[in-house]
Amino acid sequence: MSQPPLPADPAALADALESTGYLPDEGLATAAYLALVMHRPLFLEGEAGVGKTALARALAEVTGRPLYRLQCYEGLEASHALYDWDFGRQLLHLRAAEAAHATGDAQSPDDVAALEAGLYDRRFLLARPLLQALEDSPSVLLVDEVDRADDEFEAFLLEVLSDFTISIPELGTIRAETPPLVVLTSNRTREVHDALKRRCLYHWLEHPDFEREVAILRRRLPEVTESLARQVAGATARLRGLDLLKPPGVAEAMDWATALHALGARELDPDTAARTLGTVLKYREDGERVKALTAGALFGGA
Amino acid sequence: MGPDHVLPRTRDVVGTVLGFARTLRAAGVTASPDRVEAMLGAVAHLDVLDPTAVYWAGRLTLCGGPDDLDRYDAAFAAYFGGEAPRPRRGGATGPPRLAQVAPLRTGEGSRDGDEPADLATRASGEEVLRHRDVADLTPAEREHLRRLFALLAPAAPMRTSRRRTPSPAGPVHQARTVRRALRDGGEVTRLLHHRARPRPRRVVLLIDVSGSMSPYADALLRFAHAAVRARPASTEVFTLGTRLTRVTRELRLRDPDRALAASGSAIPDWSGGTRIGEALKAFLDRWGQRGTARGAVVVLCSDGWERGGAELLGEQMTRLHRLAHAVVWVNPHKGRVGYEPLTAGMVAALPSVDHFVAGHSLAAFEELAGVITRA
Repeated sequence: MSQPPLPADPAALADALESTGYLPDEGLATAAYLALVMHRPLFLEGEAGVGKTALARALAEVTGRPLYRLQCYEGLEASHALYDWDFGRQLLHLRAAEAAHATGDAQSPDDVAALEAGLYDRRFLLARPLLQALEDSPSVLLVDEVDRADDEFEAFLLEVLSDFTISIPELGTIRAETPPLVVLTSNRTREVHDALKRRCLYHWLEHPDFEREVAILRRRLPEVTESLARQVAGATARLRGLDLLKPPGVAEAMDWATALHALGARELDPDTAARTLGTVLKYREDGERVKALTAGALFGGA
Repeated sequence: MGPDHVLPRTRDVVGTVLGFARTLRAAGVTASPDRVEAMLGAVAHLDVLDPTAVYWAGRLTLCGGPDDLDRYDAAFAAYFGGEAPRPRRGGATGPPRLAQVAPLRTGEGSRDGDEPADLATRASGEEVLRHRDVADLTPAEREHLRRLFALLAPAAPMRTSRRRTPSPAGPVHQARTVRRALRDGGEVTRLLHHRARPRPRRVVLLIDVSGSMSPYADALLRFAHAAVRARPASTEVFTLGTRLTRVTRELRLRDPDRALAASGSAIPDWSGGTRIGEALKAFLDRWGQRGTARGAVVVLCSDGWERGGAELLGEQMTRLHRLAHAVVWVNPHKGRVGYEPLTAGMVAALPSVDHFVAGHSLAAFEELAGVITRA
């Protein structure tokens, strides 16, 4: 195994995450550390764009484990999340066996049994994210936007997450040697069942504070100057205080800084800010409200 | 690997955590035994003498939603910081205010005196009662109507879902067809079909519980209870007054009177002023836009008396209309002869309303149930 040893405490994990470019606060580092040592899924909720999905990627990098991602949507079924038989290949296999027998001698009962067993061989099984994560243990499993899936899927997920085994009638039970590190994210478009939450560590992710946001911008976008990063972080924080329909997250702040940099801006002045506002504000009403404000109030200085 | 190796005095820690869980439950966080066990497990992995570590160990395991976090912080400060426990957020909750909620309030000029002499025969009496304005009923009639309300079971509006179900017609379900062929020795003998399975569409009831609506609030909550009981998974109920309160959980209780008492004690602004615009904005910000109102049938029950400025209400109604599948406005006064929607709030809201119905009598509620189903 080429995996690095597990971090000894939350602070060590925070340092390791920082080295990958993800800057967690103390609570998030503790949450991730406990998820790792207690083998409990980590349930992350928070506004869109605060870095829920990015955490799973960073954790995979830190632990050296492969990342499997399951994007949830309404109507998601077991055959898309767990496994599916490759029916086409099974049929082909059957035809090939038939053709071989047609030319050869009469088939014995043993041959038939072998053919049947061969049909449900592992090579005809298509592993989907949940099965992949259990087979390739230890791994990191990201169940993204679990609030978008429906109740039926949630009940089914609960079953898999409670003992980390999947039983396939034709093949037997597949068990993870080490339970995967599971990260579930939710934007809270729907209340997830208590039964599922109870099995998880719950963490509500906030927007980062000013200094942390500047650090994140500097870290992820090294080409952006310190002063521009500070101005973008300051203006984003002020936008969050404006009671908008969709307050901008870290992801939007990064987009904004990237856009400003691409335009060759070194300072956030009202003119460039107005031109690039579409990267931070995604509602017409929000854009109009901000444009109506005196430009200096929002974008003047850091 | 037991906690003994990590903790200096295991029993102390267990006792402390259990005591903290009790405090937390008193503050209104569920903190079930398995969550407490998880906290003990979490503490075992961290430094027990570090308050921040204990704080996070508890917060990550005992809380189940953003609403729990404030209560957790307060309980933590009180328990570990020696502060006097702060009262629950929302202030005056206290004991259930049963008396304020359970009886249908008598309307102006109560006629408690005349006993139900006009209920000569039961059947015709019910028929009359069905069309009477709930605001001017005698207590006995209310009692009778209450039983009729229990029979109301609004059917859910349906929508197609992405989930599929076997069906004799429709597109060919390839996986099932081939699976069957494998059973028949690799011969495709029959094509199997599937089609989209219909699912109940979400219904969101927003009930105005301000002073001007108080004669109707009880009946509306009873209607909401019937709706929640019929489709618990796809119905959400909120009350609007000076603030927004979610009462879905309380209304899931089977017994209507207990459910109403429970929701009554959850509503802090019963019979207060009206700021529908602001309450609606709070609903859209915290619930609606995230998903609760998306594609849903949203039913707003209010008389449109707005003290918070009709402009905000109009704005929020447009926003709601863009998110929802259909917006139904229930105004009890619409049942009165010669009613015109002239209040500023109504005028601002009407352009964004798909169905404008009355909600003053049982018959009107039956009609409303029909409107919701067909919406």
